[in-house]
Amino acid sequence: MSSPGRVAVLKGGRSLERNVSLRSGAHAQEALTRLGHEVIAIDVDEGFVEQLLSAAPDAALVALHGPDGEDGTLQSLLEAIGLPYTGSGPAACMCCTDKALAKHLMRGAGIPTPDFHSLEESWIEQLGAAQALPSVERSIGFPLVVKPVSQGSALGVKFARSSEELPGALVGAFSYGSKILIERYVKGRDLAVSVLDGPEGPLPLPVVEAVPREEDFFDYESRYEIGMTTFVCPAELSDEQTARAQELALSVYRLLGCHGVARVDLLLDEQSGELWVLEANVVPGMTETSLLPQAADAAGVGFDELIARVLESAFTR
Amino acid sequence: MDRSISGAGGGRGARPTAHELARYESLFATRTRGMKSSAMREMMALTERSDVISLAGGLPDTKTFAPELYAKLMSQVAATSTARALQYGPTEGMASTIDCITQVMAAEGTPIDPGEVIVTTGGQQVIDLVCKTLIDPGDVIVAEAPTYPGAVPTFSAYEAHVEQIEMDADGMPIDELESVLDRLQAEGRRPKFIYTIPNFQNPGGVTMSLPRRRRLVEVAHERELLILEDNPYGLLRYEGEPLPTLHSLDAQLGAGGGAADLVIYLGTFSKILSPGLRLGWSVAPRPVLEKLNLGKQGSDLCSSPVTQLFVAEYFKEREAGGEPRWLGYLEQLKDLYRSRRDVMLESLAEHFGEGARWTQPQGGLFVWATLDERIDTTDLLAQARKSEGVAFVPGRAAYMDGRRGSSSMRLNFAGVEAADIREGIRRIGKVVRQQLGLYGSLTGSGTRAGTPARADSASTESTTESTAAAASAEADAQTGKAPLADVVAFPRREQDGSARRQQDR
Repeated sequence: MSSPGRVAVLKGGRSLERNVSLRSGAHAQEALTRLGHEVIAIDVDEGFVEQLLSAAPDAALVALHGPDGEDGTLQSLLEAIGLPYTGSGPAACMCCTDKALAKHLMRGAGIPTPDFHSLEESWIEQLGAAQALPSVERSIGFPLVVKPVSQGSALGVKFARSSEELPGALVGAFSYGSKILIERYVKGRDLAVSVLDGPEGPLPLPVVEAVPREEDFFDYESRYEIGMTTFVCPAELSDEQTARAQELALSVYRLLGCHGVARVDLLLDEQSGELWVLEANVVPGMTETSLLPQAADAAGVGFDELIARVLESAFTR
Repeated sequence: MDRSISGAGGGRGARPTAHELARYESLFATRTRGMKSSAMREMMALTERSDVISLAGGLPDTKTFAPELYAKLMSQVAATSTARALQYGPTEGMASTIDCITQVMAAEGTPIDPGEVIVTTGGQQVIDLVCKTLIDPGDVIVAEAPTYPGAVPTFSAYEAHVEQIEMDADGMPIDELESVLDRLQAEGRRPKFIYTIPNFQNPGGVTMSLPRRRRLVEVAHERELLILEDNPYGLLRYEGEPLPTLHSLDAQLGAGGGAADLVIYLGTFSKILSPGLRLGWSVAPRPVLEKLNLGKQGSDLCSSPVTQLFVAEYFKEREAGGEPRWLGYLEQLKDLYRSRRDVMLESLAEHFGEGARWTQPQGGLFVWATLDERIDTTDLLAQARKSEGVAFVPGRAAYMDGRRGSSSMRLNFAGVEAADIREGIRRIGKVVRQQLGLYGSLTGSGTRAGTPARADSASTESTTESTAAAASAEADAQTGKAPLADVVAFPRREQDGSARRQQDR
């Protein structure tokens, strides 16, 4: 949408990522205003559809993180209303939000992703799935990471060094979602590659590295704590590593059917030097410190241009 | 702001880009690293929704204050003191407000000289000013474990090193305190002050025994240490006899010429009247008071004259029988909170499983409950919020390291209506049983969660700790008191004949 129009910014919601989403939304709103658009900010809550219909915007910019905005439900609803919206469609959202599904698809396509198994909470009571745990432990090995398949808050990410720690990690992770992922722990550097659609099709942006301020590999919470991490962009990698990370990110973007923009998180294995893909995010953060704006900035794409290109994705589906 | 900082790329009103933020980062004081948000705090912010039953607040119930009285008092302030209300006031506070504070202190059994008082913007400002006045980076503060969650960010912001001492049923064990002080001395570190909430501690709900109060003041004198006595709830006692404040015990020692010598007292109108007024106070030794005053000048010059005058008008009010109305309101609050506490204790007995323990506070606002050690209350909150719409404060918030206290929670009963307390506790109990059931299924140990238990299983818990210590039961016998709080979560110590025993009275 190159000519000015009415844009609804969808943000907030009820997930643990509500506050980040509100900041992303506010940041995007300012850019849209500078771009000359009329902005309608909508906190996605009760009365959301009525608010949206009465506002009658030309397009919706999705700045809603967490399951509320990324699992495809919102996108399906927007399609039902017939309102153009930014970013990926329902199918890609469903794939990316379910980290287990995304990893199955990646594994099937030969994209390296750490070994994993997924587990549904109800299976434990109803199907006696706990008895499968020893075999899961054997195949993945310790240490391992347990995380809910569909949420982005650091709180749900648990770590287990031994069989004794596994039940606690599972119960903890199930507090945040009924389906979880048990994944091999890869010790290494945290990288993120954002992919942004443009006139020449989707292109990977420079790699960002998240460096924990205090090294504590076994404390995921502090590792992902706000202010405990510094970001380096472009990441200090060899040209080869950078090219490989960007190639993997683009492959994942295409494989999962993403549209407009996405951020792919990777790990650089400190022992083997191998790159592993962890997950893709269809609604990347847009706050001052978020990875996507930093990467775009490093590529010479200012925030306003970034938002303009994201908005454009509503009309190029 | 200098143009070179707002920098290239950002037009007017633009938000900073990542590069610009990095440039700000280099300008931030080192202490801002200690001022961090946390995922847990973000989650707790989400519980402030109308559709969530929140037992998380530190709230009194302001709905009990008569709107007509509020209107009348505000009109009186307007009619008699508009110009003063709208003007700056003295940094130490208005004389008429300090007179009210003197009355509250008298009710606490702590007569004071009005010249020792500084009026502050809430009790929280006292904590901030005391740190501002006393703490250099790395200085040591000794606090209780768990401690007031609201003090944690303040201590962090001043880069204090905090030593936390686990409480038992009688508050902070003073012999433990002395061991810590000995160790610190051996390490060449001298703590600046000891932070304690002696009455109905937040979040623990326990009360420091009289022998320990006496001994604490002695220790402060022996070692020339200040004590920050945080006493927001002293007048909210629902049963039992009030205990003397540390301030009054210090004054009785006479070293300060009738005034307290080493105790900095923190009081507040938040819990006996209203937190919205943002009015608290400190009563401090004069040299400390002068520094607090200078610190306050730099912070906010003075606390709001509007609310100070409101308090002054309120304290003039009399009941039909001539009794001060503020004391009548206090009685009303105590009746209400007592009944709510009872509802919470009953509900806990009904809905929390066998593995749970909780304090039975004789006053204040909070119950501290400790669950089966396999439960992490931060995770529990995530699930309780999502699936049951109920919230509490996870225990980790009361520890500086954010790790200990992981199986505990703080529950507010004072600001929540009885029906919501019952329903809230029922819902938390349900989630606890679900988690324990899941745990049982995962470990093949079966559920251990099904049977709710009564709380009065104190005796079974008291065997878990057996450090060298005084038997507080014995201390109670000597002071002729019934046990202070029938506490389950903070076990009383076992009796033994340790050398330290005499010191812990």
